[in-house]
Amino acid sequence: MDVLLNAAAVDWARGQFALTAGYHWIFVPLTLGLAVIMSIMETLYVRTGDEKWKKTAKFWQIIFGINFAIGVATGIILEFQFGTNWSNYSLFVGDIFGAPLAIEGIVAFFLEATFISIMFFGWKRVSKKMHLLSTWMVTLGATLSAYWILVANAWMQHPIGMEFNPETMRNEMVDFWAVAVSPIAINKFFHTVTSSWGLGAAFVVGVSSWYLIKKRHQDFALRSIKIATIFGLISFILIALSGDGSAYEVSQKQPMKLAAMEGLYKGKEGAGLVAVGLLNPKKEAYNDDVDPYIFKLEIPKLLSLMGYRNANAFVPGVKDIVDGGYTLQDGTTALSFKEKRERGLLAHKALADFQQAKSEGRDTDAANFETIIRENYNYFGYGFLEKEEDMIPDIPLTFYMFHFMVLVGGYFILFFAVVWYYHSKKKLENFTALQHVALWSIVLAYLASQFGWVVAEVGRQPWTIQDILPVQAAVSGVPVENVITTFILFAVLFTILLVAEVTIMLKQIKKGPDF
Amino acid sequence: MITYEFLQNYWWFIIALLGGLLVFLLFVQGGQSMLNSLSKTEDEKKLVINALGRKWEYTFTTLVVFGGAFFASFPLFYATSFGGAYWVWMLILFSFIVQAVSYEFQSKPGNVFGPKTYRAFLFFNGVVGTFVLGVAVATFFTGSEFTINKVNLVTFGAASNVMSGWDNPLHGLEALGNLRNWFLGLAVLFLARTMASLFFVNRLEHDVLHERSRKYTLYNGVPFVVFFLAFLIWTLVSDGYAVDPDTKVVSMEAYKYLNNFIQMPVVLVIFLIGVAGVLWGIFGTVLNKSFNKGIWFAGIGTVLTVTMLLLVAGYNNTAYYPSYTNLQSSLTVQNSSSSEFTLTAMAVVSLLVPFVLAYIVYAWRALEGKKLKLEDLNEDGHAY
Repeated sequence: MDVLLNAAAVDWARGQFALTAGYHWIFVPLTLGLAVIMSIMETLYVRTGDEKWKKTAKFWQIIFGINFAIGVATGIILEFQFGTNWSNYSLFVGDIFGAPLAIEGIVAFFLEATFISIMFFGWKRVSKKMHLLSTWMVTLGATLSAYWILVANAWMQHPIGMEFNPETMRNEMVDFWAVAVSPIAINKFFHTVTSSWGLGAAFVVGVSSWYLIKKRHQDFALRSIKIATIFGLISFILIALSGDGSAYEVSQKQPMKLAAMEGLYKGKEGAGLVAVGLLNPKKEAYNDDVDPYIFKLEIPKLLSLMGYRNANAFVPGVKDIVDGGYTLQDGTTALSFKEKRERGLLAHKALADFQQAKSEGRDTDAANFETIIRENYNYFGYGFLEKEEDMIPDIPLTFYMFHFMVLVGGYFILFFAVVWYYHSKKKLENFTALQHVALWSIVLAYLASQFGWVVAEVGRQPWTIQDILPVQAAVSGVPVENVITTFILFAVLFTILLVAEVTIMLKQIKKGPDF
Repeated sequence: MITYEFLQNYWWFIIALLGGLLVFLLFVQGGQSMLNSLSKTEDEKKLVINALGRKWEYTFTTLVVFGGAFFASFPLFYATSFGGAYWVWMLILFSFIVQAVSYEFQSKPGNVFGPKTYRAFLFFNGVVGTFVLGVAVATFFTGSEFTINKVNLVTFGAASNVMSGWDNPLHGLEALGNLRNWFLGLAVLFLARTMASLFFVNRLEHDVLHERSRKYTLYNGVPFVVFFLAFLIWTLVSDGYAVDPDTKVVSMEAYKYLNNFIQMPVVLVIFLIGVAGVLWGIFGTVLNKSFNKGIWFAGIGTVLTVTMLLLVAGYNNTAYYPSYTNLQSSLTVQNSSSSEFTLTAMAVVSLLVPFVLAYIVYAWRALEGKKLKLEDLNEDGHAY
């Protein structure tokens, strides 16, 4: 296959996945956040018997339903795209990666999809308490669903609990729990789910503020704000904590991603965390002498502290990771790209030889080749890369998205604290400026949520599985023109559906709750 | 003793069962394909859409679980078929994307494109989703065009490092060139429509739709039987893809699928019970005006028939996903499954399925305690 054509096929397959994931992630965080909020509201209804809480919960359930449908539509494509566009990946790690997807379907998606019908159609067909339980089951199903998907994603970022089998040419699971409860999966789950709660809370406060601006449904709006601000404040504090956990995990397992997030080219001890900064567009190569920043404001030593729990720890930069030679946490010396690539190629050749030996019945030779494969397997993916730059992700994109996300996270802690204060003093009704701020903050929450995924996924390039399989070796053999066609079809269809979704939602909001 | 071989067969059974359940639940799609013929007035359409709209998630979720379970238990199939027969799966996926939003959006104010567009989406999913799924399943018997060469991944200087390559530029659409595939595609489409008719007979409290649904059971049941028999007989008299249990060499064997039925009498008996159930459901409803439970006979019959058919495709030393361009690349239950560890872990997870079924049955009964009629649609404020 033509190398250029292959590169194009990879780019389009990546584009198609990013497009689908990006659209999917417009709807999912809102459903995760709204699920908890509407469940709390319905709980208040059942506990107090106050019909207004019921109507409040029902209104947000309508919004939930609109988003659920389109979230499901985009979600199914993601699952099947692993097969359609990333067939090598599916074959290579399906043993491990398929399991959480299957579990998600069996234990989580069914829960959500089954109880959602009682939630929508069962108000008069089941008891009050059974209905409440169903609503909570929808929330539990949605959250568990997120958990298993994030287990799968976390495994790609840090492949563990597996062993490569040269005979089947597949990575096989050897430790289910190492995959299912890996620290990176747990942390990813908390960070992603709490950020979705935060987005849901920002949405509810924003929309409710619009009612206050319009002086409509004020009782409803204030009730909603009451629940959502407390929920939002707690969520964003948890986001900050799990964000710190994420930084630690990334430092340990994906140092190149951390370097890209911080625009850190040259490593240092006691590295500071860039609070705000502007990258120098003149920096063209990772190893030129151009200063990567035009300007930056740094919090001293914080990056070392977050990444290694030690204020003076050495944080490697992009150049260090490419060139190797520095001391790793375990006391060994880091290998350079060239050394890693050599070892990757050794593993490749040994694997081809192993297969040949096996087919010819030369078992002793095969055993020797297997040893070589095992000794070098940690660098298997580097054998597919050609030059140093291939192992470096898009730094400006990762850097800016990361910093935007963090700043917005900090902003929302302040925002929810202020709204909560004015709400509890009963002054929010008349504070029009804050109401407008709340309305526009919805946009910030969505951007930060999307950008978080850009950091996670662009920052780990070129890997589909960290260090084991880069994107160019993971893709299917579908010719690029086919992928371009489906990309365009998806783009058009998703956009049409998004337009419809947003207008329907705005109409529902305009109509308002029925009290 | 739970051996690797047992686990592989167990998982093929689970896949077959999920396939059977999925085909049963395609009655939702069947109903969608009759939106403009069975229901004529706006009220009738509304009732039909709402009856189906309370069930669409079950079909959709089963499809997702079917995909996930196939991925986890037979990753080589997932990679080969999805990454090869690209357009077949893409067509199916597109039809399900547009379905997922259509119930929720079609009657909502501000839906931009008007209810007709979303109903056209539902129709598209109803026809294409069922037909193409049928064609895809037919290739389990008729074969596809692919070559697997895993060592491509690490062959330096190879033209491509894709491990499972498709040998036809149509990427799956070539399956439409085989009449036998058409027969199963059309059989699934008409079966879905037949079951939708039976579902309406059972669920709706509406005299006109009731009567019409009984007629539609016949109109769709007859073509279903014809197309299904055509596929079945053709398959039984055709050569099949046999695997030598010792050498693992795949070769063509005359009357392979007929032999499978004969050599697995339990499968044959359950298959025949399934077929009888479907026929009982159809003709019982057509002949007896007071018989409303046809959907249950036909539904359970469908699950049994399809499950057994898939067992015949994969059990008894048969390649379930054969390649006729490269016979030795054909996928068998043994050569395409996950490792023993994964299959064991997933087998433990599968023990949760009875609980899942239990709450599905609960939810179904809770909502379906009484029949659906127009006046009830707005009781929850969430009519489609």
